[in-house]
Amino acid sequence: MSHRETDEHSGVETTGHEWDGIRELDNPLPRWWLYIFYGCIVIAAIYWVLMPSWPGVNSYAKGVLHQSDRVEVAKQLAELQHLRGAEGAMLRTASLETIEKDPKLQAYALAVGQSVFGDNCATCHGVGGTGAKGYANLRDDVWLWGGSLEDIQRTIQVGIRSDNPHARQSQMPAFGRDQILRPAQVDDLTEFVVALSRRPANVAAIKRAAPVFIEQCSACHGPQGKGDIKQGAPDLTDADWLYGPERADIRNQIWNGQGGVMPTWEARFSPETIKALAVYIHANAGGQ
Amino acid sequence: MTQISIRQDEGAPLDAVLLYIFTGVGAFAALLAAAFTQDPLFRFHAYVFLAAFVMGAAGMTAGVAYGRFKPDPGRYSDGVIRAGVIATMFWAVVAMLVGVVIAAQLSWPNLLYFPEAGWLNFGRLRPLHTSGVIFAFGGNALIATSFWVVQRTCRARLAGGVAPWFVFWGYQLFIVLAATGYLAGITQSKEYAEPEWYVDLWLAVVWVAYLLVFLGTIWKRKEPHIYVANWFYLAFIITIAILHIVNNMALPVGLLNHRSYSVYAGVQDALVQWWYGHNAVGFFLTAGFLGMMYYFVPKRAERPVYSYRLSIVHFWSLIFIYIWAGPHHLHYTALPQWTQTLGATFSIMLWMPSWGGMINGLMTLSGAWDKLRTDPVIRMMVVALAFYGMSTFEGPLMSLREVNALSHYTDWTIGHVHSGALGWVGFISFGAVYCMVPWLWKKDRLYSNQLVEWHFWIATTGILLYIAAMWVSGIMEGLMWREYTPQGFLANSFVETVAAKHIENIIRTLGGLMYLSGAVIMSYNLWRTVRMPGHEAQPQGASSLPAFVAAE
Repeated sequence: MSHRETDEHSGVETTGHEWDGIRELDNPLPRWWLYIFYGCIVIAAIYWVLMPSWPGVNSYAKGVLHQSDRVEVAKQLAELQHLRGAEGAMLRTASLETIEKDPKLQAYALAVGQSVFGDNCATCHGVGGTGAKGYANLRDDVWLWGGSLEDIQRTIQVGIRSDNPHARQSQMPAFGRDQILRPAQVDDLTEFVVALSRRPANVAAIKRAAPVFIEQCSACHGPQGKGDIKQGAPDLTDADWLYGPERADIRNQIWNGQGGVMPTWEARFSPETIKALAVYIHANAGGQ
Repeated sequence: MTQISIRQDEGAPLDAVLLYIFTGVGAFAALLAAAFTQDPLFRFHAYVFLAAFVMGAAGMTAGVAYGRFKPDPGRYSDGVIRAGVIATMFWAVVAMLVGVVIAAQLSWPNLLYFPEAGWLNFGRLRPLHTSGVIFAFGGNALIATSFWVVQRTCRARLAGGVAPWFVFWGYQLFIVLAATGYLAGITQSKEYAEPEWYVDLWLAVVWVAYLLVFLGTIWKRKEPHIYVANWFYLAFIITIAILHIVNNMALPVGLLNHRSYSVYAGVQDALVQWWYGHNAVGFFLTAGFLGMMYYFVPKRAERPVYSYRLSIVHFWSLIFIYIWAGPHHLHYTALPQWTQTLGATFSIMLWMPSWGGMINGLMTLSGAWDKLRTDPVIRMMVVALAFYGMSTFEGPLMSLREVNALSHYTDWTIGHVHSGALGWVGFISFGAVYCMVPWLWKKDRLYSNQLVEWHFWIATTGILLYIAAMWVSGIMEGLMWREYTPQGFLANSFVETVAAKHIENIIRTLGGLMYLSGAVIMSYNLWRTVRMPGHEAQPQGASSLPAFVAAE
């Protein structure tokens, strides 16, 4: 059945089989291939001797080197504790003001704060903390809920409109969507709010909107539109706009009354981490 | 026996009747499921099943009426392979297009973010891309080529009557269920095994039918020996069946509910998942495509396979070693360290068994190296082997714990996967399809060799851009992640490492777009080939069984 023949090009015999015109040469295994294969097996065997490897019934071969990831990690954590244990302990007991006044402690708090901020807060507030539309800028001196060390600490702890029972709460009504005001009144109010920040606006509309503002808005934003930190109501006379400065943005906000959510961090960060974060944010802002 | 043959003359053969009944019963069951379930997502998929079974039954009605299911034992069954080639190219373009879209989403996240259309989010599209490329494109290529190869090298018509068609359409139904499920948010969150329990069951049925068709054809063979390509195909089919069934063991929340819970928990679940995941690479993307290589490279080069002995030794060493390497996906996790050691060492030992296939493929060209200059199809397959060699060297390297500490979770892994997927799996499949289309549609050549050249160069450049960009961004982000301040704090936030990769992400998108363009050029070329006037003199892949034409 099988008839071995010699391949003209290589001079090697075939195995004598043929499938759909395909034949096979009877070449030996390439030596270098075989030796590297053996070499890899030897390396694997050496690795098994040195490192934790084959399991038995109750345990496993620990390896000649007695290397253990678990022990390594414990050692590294101990080193870390040694490296920053002193400041860490001080951070726990010191007040926010003390931390800010002690240069060494402040430097440590800033390092903790920066690291924690980058992986947790930067997602919304940006790596530099400058925020975005709908997310507060933490680098300026405008604060919805107060910019003192304690205020910042509190906001981080409980969050804004979060599921924390003590969360900072404020809810601007959706004046247009919920039909509290007629569309024309929302248009007039938009002009009024534009005028509050000292920009040119339609005078007739401002006149019409003035009583509406007193009736609907002043309870939170104040009669002058200066806002109220206790209620988280923003100042409408400055150039800082959480949801955008344009007429369309302002009208949209009066219409829909958006309010974002900031999570509560109490359950995720230790009190000293929150302290460090507050110090970091305070130090980088136009503080209060 | 005589009775059966009389029945065959009168009407449809038994297997067609059985399948006909099966589609009818299936349609009724799907209708009941849609009617009684409380779960809108489950109902959606019940309707997909219903539509598929109704279309299947309608198709079979027409088939039986026109006597299409009468087997012609004197001819190879090539219709199902033609359908497989079309499906391969269709899913290739779809899945690669989704890949380009998600690459663009990573490059320009604000531009391509659609909060109102959740199904367009990266999280939904990403499994659509991975499963689309691996299972829809790769799977169809494997099924189609395996049906071609097993018939030709066994000199036997596919076994099982209509069963090959059931395998083909059943597999397409699996793809549609998986893909629509991902977009609708149905997933069991296991990488490369995302489909839920009822889709897994369906695939298990289809896959066992595939195994039986393949084994039946080998059983009927008229060659004394089983050709090496068939060993690899068989290893792929059997092992995927085992992996799929074991990894997807799960308890459904209810029989009319799409959700299920894995029977494994915690680190055991992770280990089973990566035993599956790694061997999906090993047996689907390596063994299966080596089977393809072992037929199409010597066939196209018209040279004998370099070494029979090498093929035996590297086959068995590959099969035995690959299955143990999975734990290297879980380095530095809750997985016990001794398991990690074993995973890494088996990966090291896997290096040469993997390379055996590359050596056997490349050395088969000795005496035909000039064809690299003249034949872009063989050049494509040789470059596929080069990428195969590159990624099977890179794999053991990345499985070392020290290297993995840097490479894991970074773009380096993405680049590694794509040098395998684009370079090896894609190019060897393209090569095989370029070979098969003129044979299947009885043409003496492709429509344009020039277009194959364009495909080759655009796609190769695309791969190089892709993997070079991923090496750079992967190593960069790996180094950024492990950078500490003197006080032991992370120096870079995650967002900063993402921002740092912007340029590499854009280059990756460009590379992917080039690769997709190549596939589109190829589809055009194949379509024009099929539409060329037929050739009288039948080329080498003629559909008549040689045994019946010329007895040996």
